[in-house]
Amino acid sequence: MRSVILTAGARLLVALLLVFSVFMLLRGHNVPGGGFIGGLIGAVGFVVYAIACGTAEAREALRAPPEKIAMVGLGIALFSGFMAFVMGEAPFTGQWLFIGATETEKGLPLSSVLVFDVGVYLVVMGAILALVFALEEEV
Amino acid sequence: MAAAQDTPLPSSPGQALAGWIAVLIASAFFVGFWQALGPVGAGGSLRWSWDWVPSLGISLSFFVDGLSLTFALLISGIGALVMLYSTKYLAGHKHFARFFVYLTLFMMAMLGLVLSDNLLSLFVFWELTSITSYLLIGFTHTSPESRRSALQALLVTGGGGLALLAGIILIGWVAGTYELSEIRAQGDMIREHGLYLTILVLFLLGAFTKSAQIPFHFWLPNAMAAPTPVSAYLHSATMVKAGIYLMARMHPTLAETDVWLWTLTIAGTSTAVFASFMAVKQTDLKQILAYTTLMALGTLTLFLAADTGYAITAAMTFLIVHSLYKAALFMIAGIIDHSTGTREIDRLGGLAKAMPITTAAAALAALSMAGFPPFLGFIGKELKYYGALAVQSEPLLVAGAVLLANALMLVAAGLVAFRPFWRGTYATPTVPHEAPWQLLAGPVILAILGALFGINSDLIATPLIKPGVDAISGGELIPADLKLWAGVNLPLILSAVTITLGIALLMVHRRMRAFLDAMETRLPSFDRGWDRFLDGTKAFAVWQTRVLQSGDMRQYLYVIFATLLVAVGGTLIWTGAFQGIPEMPGLQVKHWVVVLLIIAGTALTTITNSRITAIAGLGAVGIGVALIFIIYGAPDVAITQLLVETLVVVLFAVAALRLPVMKPEDGFPNRKLDALFATAIGLVVAAILITVTTGPINRRLTDYFEASSWIDAYGRNIVNVILVDFRAMDTFGEIAVVAVAGIAAWAILKGPKEDAK
Repeated sequence: MRSVILTAGARLLVALLLVFSVFMLLRGHNVPGGGFIGGLIGAVGFVVYAIACGTAEAREALRAPPEKIAMVGLGIALFSGFMAFVMGEAPFTGQWLFIGATETEKGLPLSSVLVFDVGVYLVVMGAILALVFALEEEV
Repeated sequence: MAAAQDTPLPSSPGQALAGWIAVLIASAFFVGFWQALGPVGAGGSLRWSWDWVPSLGISLSFFVDGLSLTFALLISGIGALVMLYSTKYLAGHKHFARFFVYLTLFMMAMLGLVLSDNLLSLFVFWELTSITSYLLIGFTHTSPESRRSALQALLVTGGGGLALLAGIILIGWVAGTYELSEIRAQGDMIREHGLYLTILVLFLLGAFTKSAQIPFHFWLPNAMAAPTPVSAYLHSATMVKAGIYLMARMHPTLAETDVWLWTLTIAGTSTAVFASFMAVKQTDLKQILAYTTLMALGTLTLFLAADTGYAITAAMTFLIVHSLYKAALFMIAGIIDHSTGTREIDRLGGLAKAMPITTAAAALAALSMAGFPPFLGFIGKELKYYGALAVQSEPLLVAGAVLLANALMLVAAGLVAFRPFWRGTYATPTVPHEAPWQLLAGPVILAILGALFGINSDLIATPLIKPGVDAISGGELIPADLKLWAGVNLPLILSAVTITLGIALLMVHRRMRAFLDAMETRLPSFDRGWDRFLDGTKAFAVWQTRVLQSGDMRQYLYVIFATLLVAVGGTLIWTGAFQGIPEMPGLQVKHWVVVLLIIAGTALTTITNSRITAIAGLGAVGIGVALIFIIYGAPDVAITQLLVETLVVVLFAVAALRLPVMKPEDGFPNRKLDALFATAIGLVVAAILITVTTGPINRRLTDYFEASSWIDAYGRNIVNVILVDFRAMDTFGEIAVVAVAGIAAWAILKGPKEDAK
């Protein structure tokens, strides 16, 4: 059952949801959001796409198999934990770098915590999509 | 031995290298420990310590005293010889390199075990020896018999290991430390403590299973399924003595009580006597040796029971004697097998001509085993009689048992090391030939050492035995002297009786064997008992799986909810924590609207006969819950809830397509029961929530996170900062679960289909 309206709408909606999911991921440290929510929104985006255009097309749009995305995410999260190890601190201690920081300005904060959150994002999105795609293909 | 008869592959240089590296590692350890002989012989000890898991009080600390040094030298020395032996014995074997990895791993674990000063790291090494032993017994993994024996050894020693762990935790709790050197000083306190008996039982379960004391002995003869070098190394000279080591090590802490004395005496005596009868009944060389090893372990246990200088010296000396001759004889059994293709004593004879060096080494080792002068075995036997006559329990019984066991030992020595070489000539599967030097080096060196130490016992008395006795007794006992000639006294007379009796029994060996065979059929078999025990466990597992995991979703839910009801609801009633429903003055109209929404959603879900309607009802409930989160200022949770709710509806909708259509006329036979369960669960959960929210809330953590979220972690969203920074480790665990769950579901849905293609 293919609906032209749904297909056309879904294309727009998916793009919006994906941008929004990354937005939620990045802002999560200070305002509501974060990797978990971001990952869920990203997953919803692809689920909508899969419902509208079929899983085959959704898989193609995703480019990588979702279960692999989840594994890569897990690896990234683990890697961020090991960053602290290299710096001689307990694993998963946040490591921060303030680029261009001056006396008054904080600069651009980069952290292992963000890397960790990216890992969470990928795991959540990958795991959910692996499940949903498999379920839909089963039917 | 199957390993030896496999068609040998051309051995590659890389393979040979693996063997030689292992030999080198073992030799290096031996040389290293050799250096410690001086300081330890002078009465000193060495200690190294590193923090391992400081938060749990686990340190990697190593301690070298007379006892651990004796063990370390035996492990590394015999290890080097056994590895050298294996380079030839297993040459061309498909898994040659793997074998040496296992063997080296085992050696390291065993060394760690005897050198550990921390009980918890000792336990880790203890388990590692069980695991490597499992891998080595099951080395010929294509044979079901090997696999069974390996599993049996693992389960028996692993079970004992669990008991040991419990004992270690208790003793750590009582003594306030896991460091052996500190626990040793608190022996009196621990013996007086109310938990002493529990600790003792748990430790002895560990030691008895590892060192194969009755009734846990049955795994050891079965472990002979391992390649012969493994039997020589693990199951006679080293690993099975780990239990003996533990008893010796804990002697200053746990011994000197009647329970210790009698338990060890009874277990040791019965094991020694039973095993020596079993030994002379066997016809397979390795089985004979396996049972004589059991006899030795029993004897060692027996002497560790006592608390006299003679008994402990006897234990230390016999430990060394036994390791020397037993490793040698096992290797010789391997050589015979290698060279003739059989290990059946009834089919062997007259090998002396073809294998002169093996014959000589076997003769030397067997004379030490049988306890003839001037071998170390003779001194060991004399000391055993001194020790037996000095025990505090039942000197006559113990001395009688030791005498009987020793006489039977002589018979076993004759069966293993004389009959195959002299008496008559038999046609063997392959023509006997002398073994290459790698195979001969071990038995020859060990057999010569047995003679050398006997003639000049000072070589081991001062540097090893005396410090060893000091370590076992906590320095309270005077070690006995090692003497070949101590004048005509009772032990010498007993020795003479032993030898006469032994030779007499060897003469009538065949008749004795027939008699013992007839006896055995009447006795219950531990090995079969073990099978029955395993079968029973499996039957129980099958039964409880059928009951609890029927495969019916409703059944699962009933079981889970019933457990929850009983456990949580019962606790609530039992502790009286639920104080009734409190006043709620702060409720506004918006709250009531949300509540009504949730109730309406729930009602719709329960009364509808359409799945889609039920899903929509559930969705309404989810939105209501999300609204509650928003009202109480938890936007993160609310967003997550809404998103999850959305996804659940999608998933449910997809899954619902596959379910059979619900027909109202089918009826819902369990609806009343379902309603009852649902109501009860709802009430219990509500009661918990009310109890939790009306009680005082500890805001310590909240305050901490509020205060340090921005300062320490540069984040204002506390929820997220906790997730990704303060509790990042937990989050990692959670996302790992999410990933595994996703992939598991994917695998279940996808797997069989892919296969079908």
